Amino acid sequence: MIIATLCGMGFGTSMLLKLTIDDVLKEEGMTNYQIIPWDLGSFKGQRADIVVAPMDMESHLKDSSATIVLIKNLVDKVEIKEKILAAVNSQEG
Amino acid sequence: MGAKLQVRLTDALNAQTVKAKVTATSWEQAVEVAGMVLVQANLVEPRYIDAMKKTLRKLGPYSVIAPGIAMPHARPEDGVIQTGFSLVTLVNPVTFGNAENDPVDILLAFSASDKERHITALKEISVFLSNDGLMRKVRTANSNDQLLDVIRDFERINN
Repeated sequence: MIIATLCGMGFGTSMLLKLTIDDVLKEEGMTNYQIIPWDLGSFKGQRADIVVAPMDMESHLKDSSATIVLIKNLVDKVEIKEKILAAVNSQEG
Repeated sequence: MGAKLQVRLTDALNAQTVKAKVTATSWEQAVEVAGMVLVQANLVEPRYIDAMKKTLRKLGPYSVIAPGIAMPHARPEDGVIQTGFSLVTLVNPVTFGNAENDPVDILLAFSASDKERHITALKEISVFLSNDGLMRKVRTANSNDQLLDVIRDFERINN
């Protein structure tokens, strides 16, 4: 499973998301995933099963065929965990 | 994370890089102050400040990452000298245009010299910013020294 975390530049927010999601999925005992941080511009045309991005990037992701996960508070592990696990389960189901 | 030296948040935030209770009337002013701190600590060239503002205008206010907290930054090629951080609190919150997390009264700006050196600090930021008790103390700190006390509190909790 390929999870893309997005932000404007690929240095801050997308990295924060990657670190937190990695923690969450490891705690769940998952191993068959790859998390790749991207900046919005470079991501266009890349393949991902799940795309995770800040809430106000929604309008940039309309064309994506991936499952989209939008996060309000990017340091809230509870919110991130809930939303990413729901997306992962929808992939597996 | 490879052999590259990781910057620790608790080292990066020091007497040179924290500024309590700054007066700003717009997000531009707030970002300028946070950027000036990076310039004065010799972490970035002055053009980095404009790059941060340009990024926010172009890509939207998503850098407001949590309620009341913004993490402005630009790219290494925008004039980064070395990886570092600045922490600025505002007397009056300003609006960035983020529907979820406005208004902002805490700015944690950073300069990343590459994609690796700031990763440990980002992990620490995630723990630091999600600690409501510490954020309350950050918001009520009236001087740079009081702000540094909060960083020391965090260092004790985090180690």
